[in-house]
Amino acid sequence: MYTQALNTAETDDRGLEDAARAAQFQARIDAEERIEPNDWMPAAYRKTLTRQISQHAHSEIVGMLPEGNWITRAPTLRRKAALLAKVQDECGHGLYLYAAAETLGTSREELVDAMLAGKAKYSSIFNYPTLTWADIGTIGWLVDGAAIMNQIPLCRCSYGPYARAMIRVCKEESFHQRQGYEIMLTLCRGSEEQKAMARDALNRWWWPVLMMFGPPDAASQHSDTSTKWKIKRFSNDELRQKFVDATVPQAQYLGLTIPDPAMTQDADGHWRYSEIDWTEFKQVLAGNGPCNRDRLAARRKAHEEGAWVREAAASYAAKRAQRQIAQAAE
Amino acid sequence: MPVANIQVSETPLVLYALRRADDALILGHRLSEWCGHAPMLEEDMALSNIALDLIGQARELYGYAARIEGEDNDEDKFAYLRDVRQYRNLLLVEQPNGDFAQTLVRQFFYSAFADFYWRAMMTSRDTTLAAIAAKSEKESAYHLRHASEWIIRLGDGTDESHARAQAAIDHLWAFTGEMFAVDEGERALIDADIAVDPASLRGRWLTTLSDIVSEATLELPQNGWMQQGGRSGRHSEHLGHLLSELQSMQRTFPGLTW
Repeated sequence: MYTQALNTAETDDRGLEDAARAAQFQARIDAEERIEPNDWMPAAYRKTLTRQISQHAHSEIVGMLPEGNWITRAPTLRRKAALLAKVQDECGHGLYLYAAAETLGTSREELVDAMLAGKAKYSSIFNYPTLTWADIGTIGWLVDGAAIMNQIPLCRCSYGPYARAMIRVCKEESFHQRQGYEIMLTLCRGSEEQKAMARDALNRWWWPVLMMFGPPDAASQHSDTSTKWKIKRFSNDELRQKFVDATVPQAQYLGLTIPDPAMTQDADGHWRYSEIDWTEFKQVLAGNGPCNRDRLAARRKAHEEGAWVREAAASYAAKRAQRQIAQAAE
Repeated sequence: MPVANIQVSETPLVLYALRRADDALILGHRLSEWCGHAPMLEEDMALSNIALDLIGQARELYGYAARIEGEDNDEDKFAYLRDVRQYRNLLLVEQPNGDFAQTLVRQFFYSAFADFYWRAMMTSRDTTLAAIAAKSEKESAYHLRHASEWIIRLGDGTDESHARAQAAIDHLWAFTGEMFAVDEGERALIDADIAVDPASLRGRWLTTLSDIVSEATLELPQNGWMQQGGRSGRHSEHLGHLLSELQSMQRTFPGLTW
């Protein structure tokens, strides 16, 4: 998931590569072979993947904040434990993904620094606030649902470490999605207040979730190379449509109405949704979403306030290594 | 419309289970406050993991307290519908996270006790408590190892981390005495081999602390005044704020299923 922000211009330095090796590389991709860290790869492939995987990692980590916002207020102990475990899973996803990105030659520190400096993107969905408990259900149901739609094809991504990380991530995400849906089901079978809470959450999250799939295909700048390299297997609009088609019956089962009165089902069974407000999407990407500043500030605060701890750990490790060398010399 | 606090029939055994459940829940809640804000991702994972273990222990102990009480209470009523004066946890576990050193020293003091405590409780004549102890002991052993490693890293790390770790030890030391206190009801449970006399664990607890603290080039304070009161509901001001957050949903929307 979380690859929506990839549409930035990319330096085309493939001209510098050896044409024969590039052709051989493409032949391997076409034969559905996995590319591994030590294999030769075009610089642009490395760069695209580093950007995509690190954005995905940043999204997992920033994504801990909106849900973490409810850990201390979860309404029952069972929900509290499940939410804490879920947010911990997101952190684990972030860790695998940073590790996968590191196999391409950029350190986690550099990647994190770029995010903290505001230079690297993360999914815009996390720039929306979690206002009620129903938002936790909705995030699990829709945000994780959209993530799965995006990530299942990534399990077949041409880059081995990313594809393998996605297999585990998808398993956990689908568990989260069911958990979220179960929260919604409980609310929708509950009191009028709970139903209103569920409706309100769906109303607020629906359109931002559709934006998670990225700009419409017509406006997408570099899906072509990603498709050729088998990083991306479906277009933004294809995935968005799949998601809508899967979600409408789920909303119906909950007794909730999707906030798109003009939505209709066509003869092929596809649910046709209304025009998405791409101005809002662009504003959120540009840093003007409701929580962009808070999210970045929270990550920077954790990083800055944790600096002395990381220094202590590094200093202790160095001292211990020196002592071991001294001992060995005795 | 705020919902009323529940009434609890605090027989010695119910009270005994609730006290340990409250310790685990409140400490687990404190640790969960770090999630998303820790100094490194590995610690986001570790602190959340420890929090999950503790919340799990709390749930088992609340469940047991509800069964032996035999009233209409359950884990959520105990957690969400008792006010600050009804909570029975140690003052130590409700202390705010402070900086990372304060969180880890709090954890170290508690886990060093909990590890010996649960191990000893495995032979309780109360088979439920013994079973909870068998599971909790494995968890506590890991919690203690994690905290001990950090105390050593912080103490023997940089000047700053050393100073912060020492300050945390000095600040939290006064809350450790309460772990070893016993009242009349608990004394009866100890005599019946249901509970462990915590005084019997104090020597080993202190040895563990001294070993780790000295390896960390830190010092334990000389025994001074020890704060008490948590076990009888006389808490620090911090607990009320924690509970107002923890209980906000159940207090705002009374009696619903979530």
